[in-house]
Amino acid sequence: MNLLIAGANSDLAVCLAETFAAMEKPANILLASRNLERLEATAKDISIRFDVPCKALAFDALDYESLPGFYAALDPGPDWVILCFGYLGDEKKAEQDWAEAKHILDTNYAGAVRFLEIVAADLEKRKTGGIVAIGSVAGLRGRKSNYHYGAAKAALGVFLSGLRNRLHPAGVRVMTVLPGFLQTKMTQGMPLPALLTTSPNKAAALIHAAWKKQKDIAYIPGWWRWIMLVIRMIPEKVFKGLSL
Amino acid sequence: MPSRISGWGRYPWIEAQIAVADTTSAARKHLLAWPDCIARGAGKSYGDSALSQNVLQMTPLNRILAFDADRGEVVCEAGVGLDKLIDAFLPKGFFLSVTPGTKQITVGGAIASDVHGKNHHRCGCFSTCVNWIDLMSAAGEIIRCSPQQHPEIFQATCGGMGLTGIILAAALRLQPIKSAWIDQKTIYCRDLDAVLAAFDEFADMPYSVAWIDCLAKGACLGRSVLMVGEHAGCGGLSLPEKPTATIPFSFPNGALNSASIRLFNTAYAWVHRRHAGESRVSLDQFFYPLDGIANWNRMYGNRGFLQYQFVLPRSGGADGLLAILSAIAGMGMGSFLAVLKLFGPANRNFLSFPMDGYTLALDFGIQPGLLPFLDRLDRLVARFGGRIYLTKDVRMAPWMLKEGYPLLDRFLQVKRSIDPHNRFRSLQSNRLEIA
Repeated sequence: MNLLIAGANSDLAVCLAETFAAMEKPANILLASRNLERLEATAKDISIRFDVPCKALAFDALDYESLPGFYAALDPGPDWVILCFGYLGDEKKAEQDWAEAKHILDTNYAGAVRFLEIVAADLEKRKTGGIVAIGSVAGLRGRKSNYHYGAAKAALGVFLSGLRNRLHPAGVRVMTVLPGFLQTKMTQGMPLPALLTTSPNKAAALIHAAWKKQKDIAYIPGWWRWIMLVIRMIPEKVFKGLSL
Repeated sequence: MPSRISGWGRYPWIEAQIAVADTTSAARKHLLAWPDCIARGAGKSYGDSALSQNVLQMTPLNRILAFDADRGEVVCEAGVGLDKLIDAFLPKGFFLSVTPGTKQITVGGAIASDVHGKNHHRCGCFSTCVNWIDLMSAAGEIIRCSPQQHPEIFQATCGGMGLTGIILAAALRLQPIKSAWIDQKTIYCRDLDAVLAAFDEFADMPYSVAWIDCLAKGACLGRSVLMVGEHAGCGGLSLPEKPTATIPFSFPNGALNSASIRLFNTAYAWVHRRHAGESRVSLDQFFYPLDGIANWNRMYGNRGFLQYQFVLPRSGGADGLLAILSAIAGMGMGSFLAVLKLFGPANRNFLSFPMDGYTLALDFGIQPGLLPFLDRLDRLVARFGGRIYLTKDVRMAPWMLKEGYPLLDRFLQVKRSIDPHNRFRSLQSNRLEIA
């Protein structure tokens, strides 16, 4: 398979690249991200350890104008694209500073939409492969601690469901991944409940397994489906008074 | 935000500023912004050598950068774990040339400690298989040093406890192997003379190590089980899946006391006496038995523990071991894990620990009376011409360092030349006045 990972410097992205490199042979892996200094070493590491071609590419989801050119230059074109970029941001700051709020919305939603439309058009034409996009359980109900991020991920979720609907006739798959708490750079220093927190390694293995099973929506780990079911069933009248 | 950290011995704990080095530029940025700092890898050094008010966390720099199968040479960043190297290269028929008793340490840490393994008598320290090191100096420059290029910096950095600079990357020579299995022979030795004779008898074996019952007294003083091994010629290159046990919480302080240790040691000696002989075990079982028990350091309770490892030169070493073992057995301060090894000749690195002779490593739970007792042992070690391993040390005094490491002045010359303002320092270097 030809796999492109966009936002490949995240801990989850690196683990996904390793998992697909180990499990899906022969694989050709393209890692794309802003910070090439870090990424080039990761690409070498993966190509040596798993005996697969792996290349690092400069990619900025917020530089919308560059995205069509970036995608057109990929040779060979990917048959699978994993969208990993995201920005949690600082909620308190976002409430007062439009630049921070905009950055959260642009990265998690607008950048994703801009890029996935380009990918979708190509895959639809080639009638092959598909898209795996990392959403978040934070997008299933707004909470005061991260509702800008949650809202952007919620919008991404609706976009993906529409895209799935559109691409289905062409046989192109779209998988929405909804991870719960992950131990990553994004959450470093946050007081996460240990029992509910998953390592990026484990999450990558679960995502790969869900992809194999051709799931449309995958909660990572699966029991987050039931946690979120309960959280979504709490009436708004009650929910607004809670500190979850 | 300051974090609370300790070494593997969980003694002492300190508050430290931790910055993550995920790129070389990030490492440089933090280094230059701080008045002083120390690099930290996996945090498996027992004592205070990677503790400081400013700590540069190197584990995110964990990529393998190149591999040359013809020469068996791998180039990797300093934060790469030995476990990652094994996972990557064992299937290709390569293994570390020198490995300590845990694979959960980083390459940078292995170099800074110049670690040794069960094959020191044949292969020397970790630095023997280091082709070169990229070191970031106090000024933020990257110096490539090797036995040929800046040899003095190389000799100061291997075993230099991170005090010459930040180890960023290194090229290592791996050894080719045919199997993930080890043919092991276990020999029960009834006393110290017997085990020292057995070491000599099996000196041709690539790997050897002895567990020693340090509570045995009288005629049984030095009762040991010697394990020797060599790489098997067949059996495949993949390791069996092995479940990991976890010590989920700290044991009560004092759970490992002289009674429980005596019970364990007697049982261990008895089992091995009955099952002495030949067997085939996996690399993991042979080299890393304790890695199968996650967080085993919690067995020593919240007070933590320390490891006391010393080496005595071969001449007079047997008498020295006898004197020290008698002192330990007499105090009743038994060690749960006591490991005896025969070392080969010392290398040229200024602060590298091994020398031709016998090394004994002992774990002691922190308890009243322990520190004065170890000071007493220090004097015995010094009297017999030995020294203490810096990687395990958390308590020795400056005089003991000077006594044991005659090349300390040459180390300091090199350190001062590339770190004139003493920016690389740790709790250990402050305590030992290495500046």
